[in-house]
Parts: sequence; structure tokens; C-alpha cells
Amino acid sequence: MEYKSTIEGNCSIIALSGEIDLQSSPPAREQMLNALKQNHHLMVDMSAVEYIDSSGIASLVEGFQFAKTHDLKFGLVNISQATRQVLELARLDQIFLLFETLDEGLAVIQG
Amino acid sequence: MPELSESVVEIDNLVSHYGSRKILDGINLQVQRGETMVIMGGSGAGKSTLLRHILGLNLPSSGNIRIFGKEITRLSNSELSKLRTKIGVAFQGGALLTSITVAENINLPLREHTKLNSETIEIITRLKLEMVNLSGCDRMMPSELSGGMLKRAALARAVAMDPQLMILDEPSSGLDPITAVEIDELVLRMKRALNLTIVIITHELQSALKIADRIAVLCQGQVIFSGTKEQIHESNNQYIQNLLNRTPSNNQIEGNEYLRRLTGLQ
Repeated sequence: MEYKSTIEGNCSIIALSGEIDLQSSPPAREQMLNALKQNHHLMVDMSAVEYIDSSGIASLVEGFQFAKTHDLKFGLVNISQATRQVLELARLDQIFLLFETLDEGLAVIQG
Repeated sequence: MPELSESVVEIDNLVSHYGSRKILDGINLQVQRGETMVIMGGSGAGKSTLLRHILGLNLPSSGNIRIFGKEITRLSNSELSKLRTKIGVAFQGGALLTSITVAENINLPLREHTKLNSETIEIITRLKLEMVNLSGCDRMMPSELSGGMLKRAALARAVAMDPQLMILDEPSSGLDPITAVEIDELVLRMKRALNLTIVIITHELQSALKIADRIAVLCQGQVIFSGTKEQIHESNNQYIQNLLNRTPSNNQIEGNEYLRRLTGLQ
């Protein structure tokens, strides 16, 4: 499965969609890590994500950690209330860069 | 992703025996999606047996048990095994495997039932430990954990596979009051964040009243009450009033029957 991907300057934007679960999280993980390996900052647009399980959250954590160790930025855009509650339970809301809109995220990441 | 069916657990007229002894006598119970159902009752009321039936560990003498709309008494072993991946269980006492670390206990189902890479599994394991406030305990052995930590580790293992239904057997029993309240709060937080349907067996009245959406009371293998926290206080049933007021049952002795039991004579 390939998720929609665009590039804005030095930032890749990957739009995840549907259900991010045991089946779909491995390709999402690979796509995120590949974008970061091209030395791009990464914004993950979560607005079309209906559900994300722990394997999806773990993939986001791995992407975030990779970005951090390579001096890149990794942001999440427009997460749902359900996703936010899972992030809060694991206190990841205090770790991830969370943005309401792509424009807001791009301004911070590229600024 | 949760399925659309509204009832997660549907039990119709369940009868169960151990040998010739009847344990469950016509149980009817439904648990709706997103609901926390607390099952209460004294020792020997049949609570743990009911739990084993919900998990498909016991076969009923008669009656039907549908979990996620599937009649589990008619499932093959492989179908039952697949269904169980949607159910997280925390047994009384934790029931962690003592020869492997806490992390290995939690990620065992992930290693057995998924094809996730080891990095993802390790992160999921640590995420679950964070959720139950056991960060940094991943390499500890179960024997190194306190009672409260064991209960939390059991909860972490129960949610390892992102279940839709979580079954908890006495999650806060045997703990000091503060730790017990912490476990209750944790269960509530996990339910909200993970969109869980929960069935809890407990003796702890305060715990039941805190976390339940509905309460079912078992007595001598029968459901003698099923309703909300508010409704249970209005019940006129003497057993339920004893349960609420923590007063012992004062069973009247039937003289001849009592003597027969003592003497063994028929």
C-alpha cells in the first residue's frame, strides 16, 4: 500500500488514510522512514485516518526518533480526538510536534 | 477497527456443570460495545466459571454464547484462536509467565500472532508499559514486581494486541486502597483512550461503583440483578442489600438437611 506523498521544499508530506493497523502500518512505516532517509523533514497528515492501532503509533514513534537523531523535524497534522487520547495515555502528546493545519506545520518546520 | 455489531457479549440461558454440580443455572447477559459490565457476587457464585465460558475455555452444558456476534461453542480451534486475538485478559494474580521478563510477557502475543518487525514490537511493548506507568520495568522478572505492579503488567499484556474486549478478573483485589484506586483510574483511562468494551469480575464494591456502566450480580449460578449503578441501590433483594451494606448472609439452617451433611447419612 502506498500513501499519498508530496514534497514542499525540504519537507515531505505523507497523507495516511483509513485504518492504520497490523496490515497497513508496516508500509506506512517504510514510507515514512524512506522520506526521512532522503534528508527531508516529514509532516504526516492524519486528517483521513479513521483508526490507528499500537503498531501505527509505534511506527510514528520510530519515525520521530529517526528524525530526531538525524537533526530533522517530524510533525503530525490534524490528529483525531481518538488518536489524541491514545497519544495522551502514552504521554506522546507531550513529545510529538502536533499541528492543526499543514500550513501551520510547514511554517514551524521550515521556519 | 471496531465492528458494527452492538452487542459484544451475548449469553443466552447458559447452563454449566462441573461433574454433576451445577455452577451456572440459566445465565442471560448482554454487554454492549463500549460498555463496562461489572460482574459481582460472593465466592462460589460462578463468576470465574462465567469468565471461562466467555473466553471459550469451558464448554456449556446448554445455552448460547456469542462474542462479537459469533457463537463460540461452534467455532473450530483456529477460529476460536483468531477470535481471542480481539480479547485481552488480565487474570487474577496477573498470571505472568515467571521465567521470562515483563517485556517478553507483554510482547509474546505480538511475536506469536503478528509479522511486525522487532523494532516495532519493542516500541509497542514500551508504549504499553508507559500506559500502565511501568516504564523502565521491561527487563525485570515478574518475581521482582510488587502486587500493584503485577496487576499493571497484566493490564499491559491484556492490551498488547489492541483488543476490542478486555476481561479483567479481580484487577484491584488484594491491593492497598490507594493502589486499588490507581488501578481503577487506569482501567477507566484505558477504556476511554482505547475504546474498549470491558467485563470485570470484582468483589470490590467501591471499585464496581466507580468503573461500572452496568452491574450484574451472580448468586448461586444465576443473575439475580442486572442494571445500572443507580438501579442496584434501589433493589429490594436481600442478597444485594447485604452485598451493598457488607453484611453477611444469615442462611437459615434446615435441621434434617444439615444433619445429613454432617453425618453423611442419606
